[in-house]
Amino acid sequence: MDEEENPGERLKLVVTGHVDHGKSTVIGRLLHDTGFLPAGALEKAQRIAHETGKPFEFAYLLDAFEEEQKQGITIDTTRLNFATPKRGYVIIDAPGHQEFLKNMISGAADAEAALLVVDASRGVEEQSRRHAYLLSLLGIRQIGVVVNKMDLVAYGEAVFRQVETTMADFLASLGLVAKSYIPLSGLLGENILEPSSQLPWYSGPTLLTLLDSFSLAEGTEAQPLRLPLQDIYKFDDRRILAGRIASGTLRVGDTVRISPGGRETRSVSLEEWGGEGDKSEATSGESVGITLADEFFHQRGEVISHPATPPLVSTTFRANLFWMGRTPLRPGKKYILKIATRRVECEVSELGRVIDASSLTVMELPQEVRMNGVAEVAITTGEAIALDLFSVNHITGRFVLVDGYDVVGGGIVSLVQNAIAVDHAIFEQGKLQARCELFDEFFYSVEDYSVNKRCPPVLLFRVGDPLPLEGKSYSYPEFFDIAVMRDKMAVKIRAGRVVELQPLADLVYSGLPMVNGRGFAFRVKSREEWRQCQEEYAAATSGQDASLSAKWLDFHSYRRIYFASNSRS
Amino acid sequence: MDHLDELEAESVYILREAYKLLGKLAMLWSIGKDSTVLLWLAKKAFFGHVPFPLVHVDTSYKIPEMIRYRDQLARELGFELIVHSNQEALAAGMGPEQGRLICCAALKTEALQQLVRLHKFNGLIVGVRRDEEGSRSKERVFSERNATDNWDYANQPPELWNQFKTDFPPGHHIRVHPLLQWNELDIWRYIGREKMPISDLYFTHDGERYRSLGCSPCTGRVKSQASTVAEIIQELESTTVGERSGRAQDREDAYALQKLRKAGYM
Repeated sequence: MDEEENPGERLKLVVTGHVDHGKSTVIGRLLHDTGFLPAGALEKAQRIAHETGKPFEFAYLLDAFEEEQKQGITIDTTRLNFATPKRGYVIIDAPGHQEFLKNMISGAADAEAALLVVDASRGVEEQSRRHAYLLSLLGIRQIGVVVNKMDLVAYGEAVFRQVETTMADFLASLGLVAKSYIPLSGLLGENILEPSSQLPWYSGPTLLTLLDSFSLAEGTEAQPLRLPLQDIYKFDDRRILAGRIASGTLRVGDTVRISPGGRETRSVSLEEWGGEGDKSEATSGESVGITLADEFFHQRGEVISHPATPPLVSTTFRANLFWMGRTPLRPGKKYILKIATRRVECEVSELGRVIDASSLTVMELPQEVRMNGVAEVAITTGEAIALDLFSVNHITGRFVLVDGYDVVGGGIVSLVQNAIAVDHAIFEQGKLQARCELFDEFFYSVEDYSVNKRCPPVLLFRVGDPLPLEGKSYSYPEFFDIAVMRDKMAVKIRAGRVVELQPLADLVYSGLPMVNGRGFAFRVKSREEWRQCQEEYAAATSGQDASLSAKWLDFHSYRRIYFASNSRS
Repeated sequence: MDHLDELEAESVYILREAYKLLGKLAMLWSIGKDSTVLLWLAKKAFFGHVPFPLVHVDTSYKIPEMIRYRDQLARELGFELIVHSNQEALAAGMGPEQGRLICCAALKTEALQQLVRLHKFNGLIVGVRRDEEGSRSKERVFSERNATDNWDYANQPPELWNQFKTDFPPGHHIRVHPLLQWNELDIWRYIGREKMPISDLYFTHDGERYRSLGCSPCTGRVKSQASTVAEIIQELESTTVGERSGRAQDREDAYALQKLRKAGYM
């Protein structure tokens, strides 16, 4: 045992499904037949069966609580290690009873793949559907459907096909496709490791083959760096910032940006105890300690990234949320939001659709979300936070809500509204850099009745690169200059391409149109006016002076606002 | 990152969360392999420092070598050690002959309660693992204990995406379990990789060794020729004998440990 082809690989697999459909039995059988039962577990389960006078059940191997064994249900989730010749697995047993849905979610939340177990004799039931819905909400796309207890239906193909059709229809309505549908018997061990002679009409994979066909979650080393700050230590003369890298790679000497504040500095060292003292690089998944060149005031909850690829910063975002609180969720009530290591007060500023996760019935104009309900919501935080869309980064794109002492909700970020102070495009020439938001799209939301901004992924332009001059809400000329006030840099665009970056002070008004870093045209018609404009900006105490913008900038020269719906993104 | 790197990074993350968020903290140290790995991970998490005391619940029935080793390691690695015994119970003659579970409850569970009250700890870091035993397999990483140290195991809070339960009423405390996802083999492979100090009781003497350390009247040895960490790993890769098979209190009742742990046992 324990000699896998890829000993480092561990796939996290959650086993879900309706209560009594045999999840724990399937897992117990799998572990037993592959020789991976925890040492002593079989003797203990047999002893319990003997003492209670009940027949031995494989489920006893996982359902360790007295209440679980006596009532024959799984109350809480557990995790077991197991391996095939191909690789290792962490198997997560999740309870199927509606009352323990929060335990199912606790188990399933970070799985990479899922088995959905359906009792052949009873078919698809309420929790089968609810679990499928929650898997889709948790972002788990790899699903295998196990049609269990085939022994109870005389291994009949018609019953199997019926379950397959029903489940496939439901999954399709969630945008999911199961990898396989497998008929088997957990109790009798049919079609677990070897193809079953009881199922001559079935030629698909066994359970074991299915498991090995799931793919591991892709590594996130190459994604943009996200290091949520966990704590700041001053145990000795070093001031160490500690955290676990959520994605990307950090090297000593890198320029880093700290969001939501946006300050930039340089990483000086990667600290460790017991190492050689020469660590120069750390990557996704590592718990690290770093020191920085500038001793800014840092705090837990900030996110370290590279300057060109920062997280979004906002006080408002949209999310898909599931509710686990005994007290229903109410819009306007204050909750605590925990996202990565950030903790901030928030409220649900808008309640969109509330969905019954089993029937998929949509409740219009809801006033609250009850326990085990799923909803689309807008959340507003008391302070700006750094975050990402869940589709872009799982760790910085998901959150929980706390009410009093309890975690009551969990959700994933689907859209960030009014993102502020984020660089969406970078111009670069040698060591010169200029940041801009020329390509943000402004739209009027037909759902919110308000103007929002949709941000493109970070773009990098070097000399010679063409610009996307036409967007839905902008249209720039072929020849113009960009004056980036905050970076004191100018970018010259000729024939639609970047030709040069230069310090703003060296920019001479040439008669070509000029825009600022956000794509608004300067109302400047001469060298004299340009000089005067720069002087007034230099004298202003802050760049956020509306009267200055009103005097010198024109929104409509190259920009407009279009109609859109939030959910489209 | 290999499997041990991931386990280490996860445990370090958990230790740092506990240190940042739980207020007054202590680490339970039983001198055994798991809690010694935990101590090692704390040194890694906090860059050579251990920023909270280690507590040892001394039943007075421990294997004598354990106590010697405890004091030696405390000197070598440099940390604050609090040793506590339930003096009242010992004075009244408590011992395993009164019943193993009664003895465990008095000298371990109750002693631990006294310690938590005496020092007003908000968090206790404990080196339990899921693969040790059934009720531990169902644990949360951050597990709340109420004012009477009870574990409400049938109604545990949600715990997802490493967002742990760090809000709780005054008088409650949190048991933090950074090693929950490690198994016995991971522990030994890590000890081997890190060349960690470890009690000599785990290695063979006269053809027997301890697989799990506890109180001498209730802890048996297993037949073994393993005299190095590598040999222990080799032995575990092929054994079918349970890790706690030498622990007599587990066999008193099929749900012995669940009952002990509900009342506050580690």
